[in-house]
Amino acid sequence: MTTNPSIAPIGPGGAGRLAAPRSLLLSKRASRLRRVLALLGHGVLFLIASSSALAVIFIFFFIARDAIPFFRLEGFKEFFTGTAWYPTHEPPVFGALPIFVGSGLVTLGAILVAVPLGVPAAVCLSDVLPFSVRQYVKPVIEMLAAIPSVAFGFFALVIFTPLLQEHGGRVLAGVWWVVATPLVALLVFVLSDVVANWVVGEARHRAVRVLLAVLMAAAGAWLLFDVGGRFAALTISSGTNALNVSIILGLMALPTVVSVSEDALQAVGRELREGAYALGSTRAEVLVRVIIPAAGSGICAAVILGVMRAVGETMVVWMASGNAAQIPQPWYNLLAPVRTLTATIAGDMGEADQSAGSAHYHVLFAMALALLAISFVCNLISEQVIRRSALKNE
Amino acid sequence: MQRAVQGTRRLGGLSVILCLGCLVAAAQEDGAARKIVVDGSTTVGPIAKAFAGYYMAQNPDVNITVSESGSGNGAKSLINSTCDVADLSRFMKVKEFEAAVANGVCPVAHVVAMDGLAIVVNPRNPVQELSLAQVRDIYKGQIKNWSELGGPNVAIVKISRDTNSGTYETFESLVMDNEKIAPDTEYVGSNGAARQRVKSTPGAIGYVGLGFTKGVKRLLIDGVEATKENVASGRYPVARPLFMFTNGYPKLGTHLHAFVTLHLTSDGQEMIERKGYVPVTSYPAKARLVNDDES
Repeated sequence: MTTNPSIAPIGPGGAGRLAAPRSLLLSKRASRLRRVLALLGHGVLFLIASSSALAVIFIFFFIARDAIPFFRLEGFKEFFTGTAWYPTHEPPVFGALPIFVGSGLVTLGAILVAVPLGVPAAVCLSDVLPFSVRQYVKPVIEMLAAIPSVAFGFFALVIFTPLLQEHGGRVLAGVWWVVATPLVALLVFVLSDVVANWVVGEARHRAVRVLLAVLMAAAGAWLLFDVGGRFAALTISSGTNALNVSIILGLMALPTVVSVSEDALQAVGRELREGAYALGSTRAEVLVRVIIPAAGSGICAAVILGVMRAVGETMVVWMASGNAAQIPQPWYNLLAPVRTLTATIAGDMGEADQSAGSAHYHVLFAMALALLAISFVCNLISEQVIRRSALKNE
Repeated sequence: MQRAVQGTRRLGGLSVILCLGCLVAAAQEDGAARKIVVDGSTTVGPIAKAFAGYYMAQNPDVNITVSESGSGNGAKSLINSTCDVADLSRFMKVKEFEAAVANGVCPVAHVVAMDGLAIVVNPRNPVQELSLAQVRDIYKGQIKNWSELGGPNVAIVKISRDTNSGTYETFESLVMDNEKIAPDTEYVGSNGAARQRVKSTPGAIGYVGLGFTKGVKRLLIDGVEATKENVASGRYPVARPLFMFTNGYPKLGTHLHAFVTLHLTSDGQEMIERKGYVPVTSYPAKARLVNDDES
């Protein structure tokens, strides 16, 4: 709270030193009044600025205050390692591990959706699309963030869930074809070239190259058809599952990921791009070898912010995740219904606070504390990453 | 109460100040009674809403608000005196009673209707009947496929109401015998959501209030159909009374009293029937008639 030196000349001391015209000099009383007012202004501004920090501290304090009695009542072991969640049973069982796994699985799924969609979209916005188009596309992507989460949840429950149940296999197979075909084609091209060079050297054995390419293409096609067929044969018995929520959460995290990554990509200087082009790089080389690595930490921060969005989302998971407190078998089975921390807190609060002081009441605060700790750590990491990227760019 | 107001007016003839003071007090009491706040179970909610609409049409100066936040929240509102009527689809728990008495609130129960939980499956499911024990085994996770019950080879998707709801507690005590529900059971937040999930999921089984069976198929339980006469006669095994709780028995002649006794009038009972619940009445006499307008 030191006075800013740049505003000193209008203060009483500065005015005196400058020996300004008489009209500019202040009487002792007026100068004291000014100083008091300035102090008051500083105080008020400081209070306003610190109010959000105070809110965080208070939230932390009050949640911890109600969470600690749970650990005192039930201990740590069952909460973090138990796999049975029966909070209303007699006697109650508070194994929250399936709920942590559910939150983790859904978040992982959301990353798998948001990152492959979001980062290329950001690259496209910052380096591929012309400026005029970008000005229209970016606000549209950011509009996704303005859709209320209950609308997303309604969509997930009423439209997406029956779709997955009725045509789940075909939908998955369709997605597989759309995503995998270009990837496999790219892989076949690159691999056949590499292998050909490795087998016959740089010499021109056209027949060998063609043969290899055909063989690789056949293998690729077999892979596409085999996995596609497996996807198509799947039946999804329940559409409210981790996959459903992952996709919706991925879409919800998308604007954050795109927006922050695009900012990071823009922050990579023009001179770096032009230098790379001047050395004869193609646009692909500039993007993959120069710009994306340079913006790497910013993109990381974008992903972490997206993760936080997914971890904290409540309405969509409560409506569309199925809320089954189980660890999917196997653990990566996205087609199983899962329960998350946020949905459990929201769903159980009404009954549990009847009997404040009960373990069921306090266990929800223990979950909230865990959630708070997770987002706190995420926030610290992203802060750190952004700071490092800022340093690197200078 | 009117007589009391007249009394104060007569007294007021003696002293202007006293009269004014009493009139202010009477007006305040009257104003408070003209607003009735109802909160609680999503199962009782439709009845309360029908009652509220009916009563406000009869008495335009009365304002009744009905929220549906679940039995637990309704009880909490009554305990904290933030509502006049708490809708509960279960009886009040001992702990809630204790909390209420500690707050100076004395909960009084009014049984407004009977409700059966219908066990429902997808309309495309050919299974017609289950025993109560089979339903329990399904929810315990011991029966996992409809083929074990004479149905198609489809995995059973178990839908349950959230543990926050009175419906869940009723199901747990009436069907589950307080055994644990399997962990892969899905939980939804309302009767409507449960119906929606069962309606759109081929292998689903769920339980809902009798008023929420449109578009899904009700199973016979132990050979008894989930109809109103069977619920009223107590033959259907999954049935329960529905409650409205007030703080003390409402003063006779008040709007609140008229509201919580509406289920005793023939209009009130018709409204209850129309919502798919079973009025507390000598029901079997006109059982057929009611069964016809089943949803």
